[in-house]
Amino acid sequence: MYDPLLLEDRPHWWSDRRAELGLGAVVAATLIGVVAMLAFVVVQGWPSFAHNGLSWFGSGGSVDQQIKTMFLSGETSHYVYTFHAWALIWSTILIVGGAVLLSFVSSLFVAVFVVEFAPEWMKQTLHTVVRLLASVPSVIYGLVGVLVLVPFIGNHVISQQQKASVAHIVSLSGYSLIVGVLILTVMIAPLMISIFADGLRTVPRHWLEASQALGINRWRTFWKVGVRAARPAIVAGTVLATARALGEAVMLAMVSGSVGFAPNPFDGLTFLYEPSRPLAPTIIQNIEGLSSPPLKHTLFAIASVLLVSAMLLSLAGWAAKQPLKRYAAA
Amino acid sequence: MSGEAVTTQTVIARHTRPVEASSTWRRTDRLGLAICWLLGLLFCAIAASIVIFMMVQGIRYLSPSLLVTRPTAGFSQSQTGGFLDPLIGTVVVALLGVAIALPIGVTIAVWLTEYGRPFALARAAESTIEMLAGIPDIVLALFGLLIFSSPILGFLSRTSGHVVFGRSFFAAGAMLSLVALPLIVGSTREGLQAIPAHIREASLAVGKTRFATIRRVLLPTARPSVITGTMLGLGRIIGDTAIIVVLLGATLTLNQAGGTPVISLLKGTGSTLTSFIYENAPTGEANQPNKAYAAAFVLLLVVLALNLCVDVVGRRGRVVSWSS
Repeated sequence: MYDPLLLEDRPHWWSDRRAELGLGAVVAATLIGVVAMLAFVVVQGWPSFAHNGLSWFGSGGSVDQQIKTMFLSGETSHYVYTFHAWALIWSTILIVGGAVLLSFVSSLFVAVFVVEFAPEWMKQTLHTVVRLLASVPSVIYGLVGVLVLVPFIGNHVISQQQKASVAHIVSLSGYSLIVGVLILTVMIAPLMISIFADGLRTVPRHWLEASQALGINRWRTFWKVGVRAARPAIVAGTVLATARALGEAVMLAMVSGSVGFAPNPFDGLTFLYEPSRPLAPTIIQNIEGLSSPPLKHTLFAIASVLLVSAMLLSLAGWAAKQPLKRYAAA
Repeated sequence: MSGEAVTTQTVIARHTRPVEASSTWRRTDRLGLAICWLLGLLFCAIAASIVIFMMVQGIRYLSPSLLVTRPTAGFSQSQTGGFLDPLIGTVVVALLGVAIALPIGVTIAVWLTEYGRPFALARAAESTIEMLAGIPDIVLALFGLLIFSSPILGFLSRTSGHVVFGRSFFAAGAMLSLVALPLIVGSTREGLQAIPAHIREASLAVGKTRFATIRRVLLPTARPSVITGTMLGLGRIIGDTAIIVVLLGATLTLNQAGGTPVISLLKGTGSTLTSFIYENAPTGEANQPNKAYAAAFVLLLVVLALNLCVDVVGRRGRVVSWSS
């Protein structure tokens, strides 16, 4: 760049100086605004944590019943704060974890394919497809899910025996874990593919050529050298996609079944068809309850859990990238 | 001449990248390549099926009259009217969000690339913008609802007595601008960073101040990137549902707050295409799937058109860029 000190001698340097201060003030104001917002969310959520302690994250009782009690207690002077969010957290872990896992594997293969092995026409097509899938609004994914996938799973995939086997606990109608996972996978995969592919493209050509010159074929070369060199990008893409998945509220509110129920892995295959409700959709579906103070604090507590986990995630991604950077391309 | 160019290119390609046949690979490697093809085709099939499905349903249920009739409450498809109000709502929210996000976003990007002192503030601003991109929109919505229902901001939404409603186009637009902000900042920064230093030096050498250089030289040059960022932000705003459902009230029609015409619209509540779809899906309150399909088709067309614009602007930007 150029030497800023030289500018002090220019005529009208003060108007320039003023411009810098003005622009800097806007930046600082935005920064303070965003940080204040984050602090505000955590502070608003604090009463819920304070009343429940660590059992906030534990299980016990029905979450939906607790939310209802809390809402009703808002009209009296005796607020009830009891809330055990494990069912919601477990549902979030299952749906987000499943989607990230599926999407990670398929995105890695597709990104490698796009960068190295696909013929030119396939590269063009996939480029368009990824852009398209990334730009479809989540509510359209939700609509397709709720009008196509949910009835299909409910009517043709879940057998009567499976429905009967858990009938005394929860009814299986097609609103299920598996629909949420599948659609979320399609939603976050474009993000992963484009970041992975950007990383893979920056791998220096001669690194790959050196490996090929030793007689190693293109496939092995690209996986052993290319993918390894692009690890920082792969970590970054995974972190971003996970954060996006954590915050997805609308689509999951439409397809996940909206029951505060923790799917039980011991139910075998039926487990995949059980309804649940992750954290983010819980906020959107109880938004009317904001008028009741205890429920308001609880919703903000859920929001701060989402915020803090998104931040921890990006911190973990940053930490994971540091040792990798030494061997990374570019 | 073009034929010659092609042959030279192919010769170069053949010399620099000797492509070995995958038939010489081991079976496991070939299996891997097959998985690549399979997944690639699967993604193509998913995209194609979504677009074709939405198109078929859209054409089946969309009629021009839906676009110009206002929605009404009702229990059957014939009673519920069209989605004129959500269409207007989408346009208003998009304009409002961009009007807030664009100046702030460009300011932040310019400051980060051209000034960036003190260093600590620049680093903090960078990571804050990055963090903002990672904040779930439902958290923004929740925050916005509480802030805009505070009495101090009561003038931005409807009030009855001491109770501030907190839901209005103002509130939704302000929060949606935060969704678009990181995209605008990122794209503008990229555009500014791509301008080589000698352009700035040339402008400073003829006696322009730094601010004049930014205004007259750098921003016009980076305009394609600014437009690209704005389009991407616009796409996010139009596609966002959580903030709309929470902060715009998602009422069926535009409920003006009374008073001066434009202000009363912005202070009032309404809905957009996304919230219309959300309410008309089987999980929503209105539950009119055919209307939801028609609205979703319109929404998809708008989003795809925006994408096309990004492509066109990007291609034109490349022609005038300082690549040499």
